[in-house]
Amino acid sequence: MIRIMDNENVIEIKGLRKSFAKNEVLKNINLSLKKGENLVVLGKSGQGKSVLIKCIVAMIEPDEGSIKIFDKEITTLGNDEELKNLRMRIGFLFQSGALYDSMTVRENLEFPLNRVLKIKDEKEIEERSKEVLEDVGLGDAMDKMPADLSGGMRKRMALARTLIEKPEIILYDEPTTGLDPITSKEISELILKTQKKFHSSSIIITHDMNCAKITSDRIVVMNNGEFIAEGTYTELENSNDDFTRSFFN
Amino acid sequence: MASNIRSGLKNILESIGDQAAFFSSFIKNIFKSGFEWNEFGRQCYTIGYRSFGIVALTGFVLGFVLTLQSLPTLKQFGASGFVPSMVSISVVREIGPVITALICAGKVASSIGAELGSMKVTEQIDSMEVSGANPVQYLVVTKILACFLMIPLLTMVADGMAFIGGFAGINATSSMSAILYFRKSFDGLDFSDLFPAVIKTFFFGLTIGFVGCYKGFNSNKGTASVGLAANSAVVTASVWIIVIDAIAVQLTSMLVYN
Repeated sequence: MIRIMDNENVIEIKGLRKSFAKNEVLKNINLSLKKGENLVVLGKSGQGKSVLIKCIVAMIEPDEGSIKIFDKEITTLGNDEELKNLRMRIGFLFQSGALYDSMTVRENLEFPLNRVLKIKDEKEIEERSKEVLEDVGLGDAMDKMPADLSGGMRKRMALARTLIEKPEIILYDEPTTGLDPITSKEISELILKTQKKFHSSSIIITHDMNCAKITSDRIVVMNNGEFIAEGTYTELENSNDDFTRSFFN
Repeated sequence: MASNIRSGLKNILESIGDQAAFFSSFIKNIFKSGFEWNEFGRQCYTIGYRSFGIVALTGFVLGFVLTLQSLPTLKQFGASGFVPSMVSISVVREIGPVITALICAGKVASSIGAELGSMKVTEQIDSMEVSGANPVQYLVVTKILACFLMIPLLTMVADGMAFIGGFAGINATSSMSAILYFRKSFDGLDFSDLFPAVIKTFFFGLTIGFVGCYKGFNSNKGTASVGLAANSAVVTASVWIIVIDAIAVQLTSMLVYN
């Protein structure tokens, strides 16, 4: 499938470094994400992929380097309000889903609408909640509790909550981990569908090759805190590098 | 040895700085627009109403036992008529506020610590933050303010029930009319007994809410840290309640009783 991408970079990372104690997790990371692009970051567990996207939303402060989102340097943002405004434009799908387990599906969806977008009109809230739930195929789950949902449904629900703010960039942290192959494929296709509908740009952290194949426009391979290869799925599948090729076997 | 002391001192100072920053963030968020009135009401219900039973029962037993324990001794001196005022003064000044606060440290601080700890571990707090919502305003401000308001009210409930318990205790061994008992109880009390006691209960409430929220909010990853946050919240809040009480008694003695 060919998607139309702008040349405009929505994320630009230069010389990013992050260490925890003596463990250097990110080593001189350079990365850009174009508008409308789906970028997959491939790598083994514990290689710093999640740390990278947490740096992008300022959940983790990097030691060195620059992260520009929509041309704004996130590492030096002046105040909470600026950061909040930037975060409103970025959606983050956590690996665990991170659903608010004391709230119903409806309340989970209403939470960002009320508190972030400050929408008070109940009719609009209801309409947006219904629309986004139908988008992810959970139209009848509105009054269920997160505990009543299956793993796949929880991922869909988490995606619905991310999408309800209509973000321009979506960061997916291992969206298919812990799911069976059929549900994984459904979630991967949902990521594509979402990208088409919302014209969003995405970074997808994964080690699920089916997910990478379905969703990626471009893939970067991460090993020991640095990118060692970059290309399309087909290019990397035929790479000369053993480590990169080992993902495709 | 010296490096151990240095690193211990560094940890203590870091912890103090961290708590000061958390408290300042709590204060700032009280006055930010968009106060969470609904959540505040829900927390008042959870912290106040749901603790009502245990606090009322403890208050009643406290008054009852205090009366039964002191009655024989005071009888020997022919001073059994002083039992109501003795019970009321000791309950209002000291036992009521401290016991209520310790019960709430066990019940409320641990539950806040566990709730926020589990939200932290399951990335729910991170998710709120990343979405652009304000978790401190929604989770911390509402819980601490609810404790601040509810602990004094629960203390009043405990005090009232202790009076009733005292009345039941005195009538279990001898006989005294309700009018006489309560008149003697209130005659023994002065404004200087009530005012400092009420003031300190606000500090107890603030401590319980703050410690519960801080421990929960700062729990590490992993399910074990949830239990640790709950446990640490109870222990820390209880110690602080005793310390605050000691300071309050000293201040009251200096400013009111001298």
